[in-house]
Amino acid sequence: MARDYLPLLLQIVVAIIFAASALGVSVLVGRTGKRTRAKDMAYECGMIPQGEVQPRFSVKFYLVAMLFILFDLEIVFMYPWAVVYKEQIAHGSTIFWSMLSFIAILMVGYVYALKKGALNWQK
Amino acid sequence: MQLFLFWCAALLMLVFGVAVILNRNPVASALSLVVSFLGLATLFMMLDAYFIGIIQVLVYAGAVMVLFLFIIMLLDLRAENLRKINWPATAGGAVVAFVFLIQVLSVIGRLTDAKKTFPPLARSTIDDVRNVGVTLFTNFNFPFQVIGVLVLVATIGVVVLSKRELANK
Amino acid sequence: MYSWLILSSLAKIVGILFVVILPMVSYTVYAERRVSAFIQDRPGPNRVGPAGLLQPIADVVKLLIKEDFTPAGVNTFYYWLAPCLAMMPSIITIAVVPFGSTLFDVPMVIADVNIGILWVFAIGSLGVYGIVIGGWASNSKYPFLGGVRSSSQMISYELSLGLAVIPIFMLVGKLRLTDVVRYQIDHGWFIAPFIGDWANPVKWLLAIPMLISFFVFMVAMFAETNRLPFDLPEAEQELAGGYHTEYSSMKFALFFLGEYTAMIAGSAVMVTLFLGGWHFPGIPDGSHGWIFGLTNIVVFFAKVTALLFFFIWVRWTLPRFRYDQLMRLGWLFFFELALVNIFLVAGILACFHV
Repeated sequence: MARDYLPLLLQIVVAIIFAASALGVSVLVGRTGKRTRAKDMAYECGMIPQGEVQPRFSVKFYLVAMLFILFDLEIVFMYPWAVVYKEQIAHGSTIFWSMLSFIAILMVGYVYALKKGALNWQK
Repeated sequence: MQLFLFWCAALLMLVFGVAVILNRNPVASALSLVVSFLGLATLFMMLDAYFIGIIQVLVYAGAVMVLFLFIIMLLDLRAENLRKINWPATAGGAVVAFVFLIQVLSVIGRLTDAKKTFPPLARSTIDDVRNVGVTLFTNFNFPFQVIGVLVLVATIGVVVLSKRELANK
Repeated sequence: MYSWLILSSLAKIVGILFVVILPMVSYTVYAERRVSAFIQDRPGPNRVGPAGLLQPIADVVKLLIKEDFTPAGVNTFYYWLAPCLAMMPSIITIAVVPFGSTLFDVPMVIADVNIGILWVFAIGSLGVYGIVIGGWASNSKYPFLGGVRSSSQMISYELSLGLAVIPIFMLVGKLRLTDVVRYQIDHGWFIAPFIGDWANPVKWLLAIPMLISFFVFMVAMFAETNRLPFDLPEAEQELAGGYHTEYSSMKFALFFLGEYTAMIAGSAVMVTLFLGGWHFPGIPDGSHGWIFGLTNIVVFFAKVTALLFFFIWVRWTLPRFRYDQLMRLGWLFFFELALVNIFLVAGILACFHV
């Protein structure tokens, strides 16, 4: 079965070569212009850049990223479940209740996060 | 062919693993760790553990490292670049690592089973995702629920910690 | 043994990438401009060649010969790396999508792997890096904000994307994408119960959750590819262009290429999962002769083109969401809808044992 995966490796290699050569051709063919101070400046709609370059941003972004990891785990467990569901459900409903209780446990955390306003971006 | 690919993936993993700790720039470290994970995923796939391999990419490279990158971006990178190396701490770390290496080597040296080569594993021709599913949902239903509780605790922890942050503002 | 595999795969990869994807990307850009012009009642690009059909070629030449400029403030290595990282994932995901049946007994899929859909999601999730790194390396405010916004949006909608397809794999029982197409040939397309054995009432019942799945998946795909109504990362009025504000010439083109390739890859996955892949009622597969094999490929890309047109149509019809609305929609509405949908299918399967 590992043979099936060899073309994927080739695809990755081709993608890398393509990206590198596209940039390379552009370096070779592209014109070179003068560098000026204004040209080197960060673009802020024609104004002179001011303030900190990297503004602090809301802790919400981290919260979303962390919650994403946790719920991503749940989805990962759902794939093997989905694959075997049809043949296992013929032998009894254990598989249905197993996943339902797993999701119910996770939903407690989800509802808690909602109630605490973790996903409320309006504040 | 197999052997060549193995060395490529292993080398990729080790080189970028070392790069994680040697890079002064945290973003470079995080990206090196991603490449190292990709090498690890390749190794898993070469062992016919396709599901684990792809989950390695999906969860670690695609989700956990994005969070790392987010956090790194909040740090003041210039301060991090200017910081001097703390030589006593570095030396201490090296000593601990060396002692650990000796310990692992001595344990493996005593273990006679470790000297034997593994019997070749039976090449599975069935879907490994299916195997994972059948095992998980017939024999390990209870541990599966425990994982759910673990994730629940983590969710609540995340919200509680960040709420404190939000309240401070 | 390996040399034949490598040669045939290389032929498929190069064929798909350079004969299909790249022309498709450039003509999607052209179509976008023409369709938007039509919707807004103006001519659009119509000067280069008949009806402006050579416009994409002129654009490529222009992008190549533009000055390759790297601003002084940027982090040079990552500034160059970001466009490559933004473009590569979308090209790599296409490898597992079956774009035809067989042609001269060669299966028309680059890599027929048993984890099919997970490959699409895993590699797709790496697309975040290009955007985050691009925004960060530019060392400028707008790109930075655009990069952070974009990555937050992409990971939020990845959840709905992953959950939306679960019902399909509950029915098919395999993650391999060619098996999904084969299942649809035997049992009819997932969202079109009138194809195949239409007299089966359970199939009509299952079509309801399938339509919900399709809807959730499509909306999540709009958000993943940063298309309007979810194009917050590059909202011109707020961010001047988002994560690629500081980019020019070919590096900018690579960002664009990645975006449009992601659109094509997303449409291809959608066609494979919900719209029967290369199957069309009445047309046999490639084992009956090369002409049918070729027709299958044409059918597949015709479906993809139809979806691409839909993408463009939506972009020029709907207004943009606000960021808090976007996040609320993703985390509250679509996430819950997709979860309920899964248990709906689970219940139907448990009751009827189809």
